[in-house]
Order: sequence, then structure tokens, then C-alpha cells
Amino acid sequence: MTRNRNTRIAAVVVFLAIVFVVVPAAISSSGRFDLYYTLTSVALLSIASAGVWLTFYIGRINIGQGAYALTGGYVSAILVMNHGWSFWLTLPVAGLFCAAASVLIGLPILRLRGVYFAMVTLVLTEVARLLALALPITNGAKGIVSIPLPGALSIFGLTIIPDFATLQNSRLAFYLLAVTLMVVCFAVMYRLVNSRIGKLCQSLQQNEELASSIGVNIAYLRVIAYAVSSFFGGVSGAIFAAISQSIYPSSFTVTDSVNFMLNCFLGGLGYVFGPMLGTLVLYFGWDLLFQTGQFQLLIYSGLMIVLMLVLPNGLLSLAETTRKKG
Amino acid sequence: MAEMLEVSGITKRFGGLVAVNNVSFSVREKEILSVIGPNGAGKSTLFKLISSFLRPTAGEVRLKGERISGLAPHIAARRGVVRTFQETTIFKNMSVRDNVIIAHHLRSKASLLGFFLGTGTAIADEAAFGQSADEILALLGLSSLTNETARNLPHGHLRALGIAIGLATNPSILLLDEPFAGMNHDETMRMVEMVRRLRERGLTILLVEHDMPAVMKISDRLVVLNFGQKIAEGTPSEIQANEKVIEAYLGSEDEAIGL
Ligand SMILES: Nc1ncnc2c1ncn2[C@@H]1O[C@H](COP(=O)(O)OP(=O)(O)OP(=O)(O)O)[C@@H](O)[C@H]1O
Ligand SMILES: [Mg+2]
Repeated sequence: MTRNRNTRIAAVVVFLAIVFVVVPAAISSSGRFDLYYTLTSVALLSIASAGVWLTFYIGRINIGQGAYALTGGYVSAILVMNHGWSFWLTLPVAGLFCAAASVLIGLPILRLRGVYFAMVTLVLTEVARLLALALPITNGAKGIVSIPLPGALSIFGLTIIPDFATLQNSRLAFYLLAVTLMVVCFAVMYRLVNSRIGKLCQSLQQNEELASSIGVNIAYLRVIAYAVSSFFGGVSGAIFAAISQSIYPSSFTVTDSVNFMLNCFLGGLGYVFGPMLGTLVLYFGWDLLFQTGQFQLLIYSGLMIVLMLVLPNGLLSLAETTRKKG
Repeated sequence: MAEMLEVSGITKRFGGLVAVNNVSFSVREKEILSVIGPNGAGKSTLFKLISSFLRPTAGEVRLKGERISGLAPHIAARRGVVRTFQETTIFKNMSVRDNVIIAHHLRSKASLLGFFLGTGTAIADEAAFGQSADEILALLGLSSLTNETARNLPHGHLRALGIAIGLATNPSILLLDEPFAGMNHDETMRMVEMVRRLRERGLTILLVEHDMPAVMKISDRLVVLNFGQKIAEGTPSEIQANEKVIEAYLGSEDEAIGL
């Protein structure tokens, strides 16, 4: 037990050292500063995927995370541009806005299961895109552009985060921001899953009828899980808008929603850290296949199918089998 | 003896079909009352009405005088009416112990946020649930299987686990839907003993069962349904002598009602 605990603490320390020290050091010595952007994207996408993973955890296939990422991006952009809010304030507000919206949407649709829920969420992404095209406040197809970089964040006159525009290396700043949020996000997820709440979510996934017969308020729990999921989607979308300093109706599409789901599948639906690994592998895998040109999508899809057949429980199930053998 | 559960004039229609038709009866405290009847008589539907999984078309169910019909199932469970399922319904991919621990949900004093933050109340809850789960598992003879994944259990033990889950909610009245189905003679007798022991611990039990010898052995009283209607009510010997009951079961051999 204690040994288990110690290895876990060691793993966390090693992970933190890698993302906060080793990676930045390696990038600055090699001069491949573009990697910051790539890794920032991976971190943010993995936050959105973590949300999708949580809906899987209550037994729902969620192909609608793109809708919340898009909404989060717009909420942040509009508040910054039209109302002069600080980016730092818009970040939680974008998440909360998405969570609130998902409660309203989730109440009716979370009654659906299986492929029905999946289809409705898929449509949701498309609805979000069309709304962004149609609403006056989102500025249609032209989107919202030239969003200023995040300003300084100070509390009681103490500057905690400097103005990104004054930084020499805003890429590093965004990387650190995204990775920090990723760490927080997965810490929250880990705690959720390993507390009683995780067991309750599993009970929903395995048998909703039985869950309600033992007194679990299944409707409430489903909505809570979905709201947390959408919160993550909104936050990740808001940072994307800040990094690219723009947001368009096509910033998050059905393809992104599908990718969030694939990230979870690939990493493993039974493992909290599955979406993180899945996102990393898929993102780099896609880039590596770029050299195959027109065959990129074909090879990619083929590999995905093979992977799912060979490893139905995701990449992390590999670690588990080797540990059991060892 | 005080009345625990009162079913009055309860009716359930599915489109044109009247699955349960104006049925009334009551269950006394610490009683074992069985509902019997041919296939499709409406027994499971009656159970779902009592546990609020279905909303009655007419009539009502009262627990200790309070109306419970029409509430959400998890609220009925909170009031003390808990059902086990006809099928072996368990949380398949959890360990046996986790199945029982999670079923203690109703007893938790900590909130969801409390469990997330790991407050003192939450930790105390977890410890209490673990201990209580071990006791229940021992009571049902499942102690040697606590860490087994539930889906790997043999059939008889699955039923026992289903009942363990029901018990963990600390109900006032436990509804067992066909607890002996698919069991051989020995397993059935063991389960009969088990159900009796539960009653001795103060539980009121309502059960649906096809295994007539077992039902006659275990029940204090019986209610007989046929085509959704109550056709008889009484002690096992009264029921075995009842003309209408014999008629309802005619063609399915006399031994079906334990004669
Ligand atoms: N949800 C439903 N919709 C429509 N008809 C239903 C529904 N549930 C049950 N019925 C019908 O109601 C009648 C009673 O069914 P019920 O399951 O209560 O019977 P039962 O007495 O439990 O039978 P068995 O002994 O086979 O378990 C049957 O004719 C059944 O087809
Ligand atoms: Mg039935």
C-alpha cells in the first residue's frame, strides 16, 4: 500500500519535472520553439478530451465537446473585445457559461443512451457552428479577430502573471499556462474518479436502473458530470482563442468533437490519464503521417481501427498487463 | 402487528392492456408476504409500481401511512422501499465489496463535494460503509468472494449479491423479485433460510416467486394475481385449498401450487 503510494508520488514528481523543466530546457537548447505551440495544443486538447472521458465514465458517448470549446472561445473573446474584461476573468466565466448551458441541454438529452445520445451531441457541434455563423454578437463567418494577448494578472497589487504582450516569449508563457491547467484538470479528474463520486459514476455506467433503486439520484449525477465535462471544454476553447488571438465558427468542428472522443478511446476509457496519452499520440501520429501525403487519412484511419481491435481497452491497458506480468 | 405497506386500488395500463387491475392488499411489519401468479399475471409490474419505477394509472401505495407512489425511484428508496430485480442485476464490473459499498449511498452523511474534498465526515462514512458491507457479505455467505469482480460470480451467488445490495440501503421493506429463480434445491433452501434470517433481523419482505414449495415454506401470507387481478389472499394452507387459485393454475399441474 505505502509502496504503491510512494511510486505514485514519484510518478507525479517525474511528470511535473518533465513538463515544467525538461521540456522547456530541451526546447530552448534545441531552438525548436514551434514545439511549444504543438505541446500547448496537446495540453489544451487533452483538457477537452478529459471532459469527454468523464461523460464516457457515466456511460454516455459524447461527440459534442467541440460545441462547448467553440462556445468557451466565443464567450472569452466577446467579453475581452466588447466589454474590456481581463482574459483571466473570462477564463473561469467561459467554463461556467458552458457548464450552465450544458445543464440546460443535458437535462433533456441525458435521458438518451447509446447511439441516440451520441447522435444528438454530434448535432450539437453543428448547431454551435451555425449559431456562431448566424448570431450578430459572434460576427458571422468573419469571426472575432485581433484579440489582444492576455494582460497581467495581479491580486492586491501583486503581479502573479505578467502581461503576455510584454513577454519576449509568449509561446513559453502559453505553454506553461496550458500545462498548468492540464495538471490541475487531471488532478481534479483523478480525485473525482478515486473518490466515492467515481464509484457513483461507474454505477451509472453499469446499470442506471439499479443505481436509482439504491437511492442514487441518477438525473442529478449525470447532469453534474456533464457540466464538469463541458466546463473543461469551455476553458480549453477560451485559451485556444487567446493563443490564436481569433475565433471563427469553424475553429471547432465535428472533426474536433470526433477527435476528442478518439483520444479517449485510444488512451483507454478505464484510465483517468487515458485522454492525455491518447491526445499526445494522436496529435503527433497525425503529424508524422503528414509525409504520406494523400494517404495520410487512410493510414491514420486504418491504424486506429487496428489499434482498437488489438487494444480495445486503450494504450494504457498495455502498462497494466506488463505490470501484472512483472 | 402494525401495517408497513398499504397498496390500495392500484391499476396500471399499458395502452389497451391492463397489467395490474385494482389490486389492494397490505403488508404487516416483519411479515414475509409473497405475490404469486402465472406468467404475465402482473407481478413484476406490481413490484415496479410499489418501488415507484412505474407511475400507477390509478390507486396509491403508502409506506407507514405516507404516500410513496408517484415519487422518483431514488426517493422511494430513500423512504425505505427497495427492490431487487428479477434478472440478476448487479454492477458487473465492480468488485463484490464495491457493489455493496456503493449501495450504502443512502446512508452517507457527506455531500458529493465532501467526498471530493475528503472531509472528515466523508472518511468516516467510507469506513462505516466498508465495515457494514463486510457484515452484510458475511451474513449472505459471500465473505470469501469480496474481491472478486461481480460478473465472475456463479448464478446463486449473484442472487445473494443482489440481495446484499438491497440490504445495504437499509430498507424498511425489501422487494425480492424471483430470488430463487435458476437455483437448484440446495441453493433454494439456503436462500429460504437467508430470507428468514433477514426477517428475524426486523426486515419486512415482499417477494414474487414461481417456486411453489419454497414459497409455501417461507411465506406468512400470499397474494395471488391472475390477469392483473387479485384472486385470493391468505395463509399458505388457505391458498392451497382455494378453488380460484387451483383453477388459475389448472393445466400447469397440481404440483405447481405444492399440492
Ligand atoms: N413496459 C411495458 N409495456 C407494455 N406491456 C408491459 C410492460 N411491462 C409489462 N407489460 C405486460 O404486462 C403484463 C404483466 O407483465 P409482468 O412482467 O408484470 O408479469 P409477471 O407476472 O411478472 O410475469 P413473469 O412471471 O413472467 O415474470 C404482461 O402481459 C406484459 O407483457
Ligand atoms: Mg415477472
